[in-house]
Amino acid sequence: MNEIDGRSRMAADSARTVDKTAGARPAASPGPAKLELIGIGKEFRTKRAHTQALSGIDLTISDGEFVSIIGRSGCGKTTLLRMLAGLLSPSAGQILIEGRSLWDGTKADTSVVSQLGVVFQEANLFPWYSVAENIALPLRLRGDGKADRLARAAELAELVGLGGFESSYPRELSGGMRQRVAIARALSTRPKLLLMDEPFGALDALTRERMNLELQRIALATEATVVFITHDITEAVFLGDRVVHLTPRPGRIRQVKTVEFQRPRSIDVQTEAAFGAMERDLRHALDDDEKG
Amino acid sequence: MNNDRVRKILPWVSTPLILLVFFLAWEAFVRAFEVSPLVLPPPLAVLESLTEVVVDPETWEHAGVTAAETIGGFLIALAFGVAVGVLLGKVAWIELSLRPLIVASQVVPKVALIPLFVIWFGFGMTSKVIMSAMLAFFPIMLNVQLGVRSVDKGQREVMRSLNATRWQTFNHLELKSTMPYVFAGMEVGIVLAIIGAIVGEYLGGNEGLGYLVVRTLNELDAPALFATIMLLSVLGLVLYFAVNSLKRFVIPWHESVYGQHDVNG
Repeated sequence: MNEIDGRSRMAADSARTVDKTAGARPAASPGPAKLELIGIGKEFRTKRAHTQALSGIDLTISDGEFVSIIGRSGCGKTTLLRMLAGLLSPSAGQILIEGRSLWDGTKADTSVVSQLGVVFQEANLFPWYSVAENIALPLRLRGDGKADRLARAAELAELVGLGGFESSYPRELSGGMRQRVAIARALSTRPKLLLMDEPFGALDALTRERMNLELQRIALATEATVVFITHDITEAVFLGDRVVHLTPRPGRIRQVKTVEFQRPRSIDVQTEAAFGAMERDLRHALDDDEKG
Repeated sequence: MNNDRVRKILPWVSTPLILLVFFLAWEAFVRAFEVSPLVLPPPLAVLESLTEVVVDPETWEHAGVTAAETIGGFLIALAFGVAVGVLLGKVAWIELSLRPLIVASQVVPKVALIPLFVIWFGFGMTSKVIMSAMLAFFPIMLNVQLGVRSVDKGQREVMRSLNATRWQTFNHLELKSTMPYVFAGMEVGIVLAIIGAIVGEYLGGNEGLGYLVVRTLNELDAPALFATIMLLSVLGLVLYFAVNSLKRFVIPWHESVYGQHDVNG
């Protein structure tokens, strides 16, 4: 764990220096730091108990990187994502997005929040709006013109494989398609950081596998920096440049593993020995969490 | 495909058929048991009376009064029901402090208050409008309150994560997601509003279809009584369908609307 911490802190330092000099550069690892978590902790206080949900989370994510965060339920991974999304304030530490602090005390800086795109486990679409209107909702809220919105919605519908469905309504879509709309909505503002909280958790296994491939394609096409929360080991390893393993009570980073396969990956990497070995290690580590 | 078509046409065929069978059975019953026309007039006599009643301009004046009372009461109930419902749904301490009173006022048989309203507001339309508003108010208010509370948490989070302002959250989320509840309340409310107006007319005054019912009863004119009741039913149907059509127009995306489409084909 110390070794890992050292590594990520070094990465953070070098990233900070790079950040000052580098302008817009193509997604490549290691790019400038997109997201830095410094000593993040979260404590929930009720009358009866203090729960330390997360403690001492340090992590640096560079531009264009895809980071999976995995852990058992109750390890605080959703709490972590909610803090990243500006929905829940951390009790300790700092979250920097491109060097700017997301939280000012318990208030999220709206100009930083507007740089984020969030996809939740549920698609949370608005049934009274068409697919195009749902996708373009973030643009509408920030005041973009109608023509721009429509053009962007059509472009994104195409990107997520829903070309031709722009005027459909959510009720006419399957679960996988709804989640595609949610992804398109999150991408509509061209966010600097895409946050995903078990986005495919509610889908069946086959749909999920296809959505993983789609997400990989979309992430590469948009050069998105992604934080992807999941409890599925295969999904985490398949999608991530790195896999962060959170261990519960209190939630801490137990290990960070780099996945050596180049993206894009075909579904066949899952049968390769190195992939299997990584999955196995993670599974054992997650089992240890259970015992401990 | 074929099945769909059958589903679409079936109610249009079955309803007249059932009505026809009903009237035939009625006629047969009256003839077979030689029922006194004072108790149950034969359908043909009712039809005859209905045509007389329908061509009489006085009937339409009465119908107009009842419709005006109903719609007036309903609109008042809608305005207050939405306002109070939103307030109670949004502000917990007001809801908590008023809950016992609200429950109590619901339990009170409001129809029993009509004589009081007549004393306070006279025999004119006002007392009926108030009665009709009182009856329609509660279902609307309760539904709105429920609707305001039922805004989906996940959708709220989406709005929060998009930095939505209060007004934007209201306009894009809360208002739209409460609309189905408002309409559910309105559909119950409009029916109760008619009941309020009619019962009000039963008990006082000299205008409206409810008054006509009482008058034909006193005249022991059973066919005219039946005809008036039919007119009242038609008035109810028209008002209900007006609300229902408005709902289809305003919230076409809602399950209660497109679900109906599915059932009807």
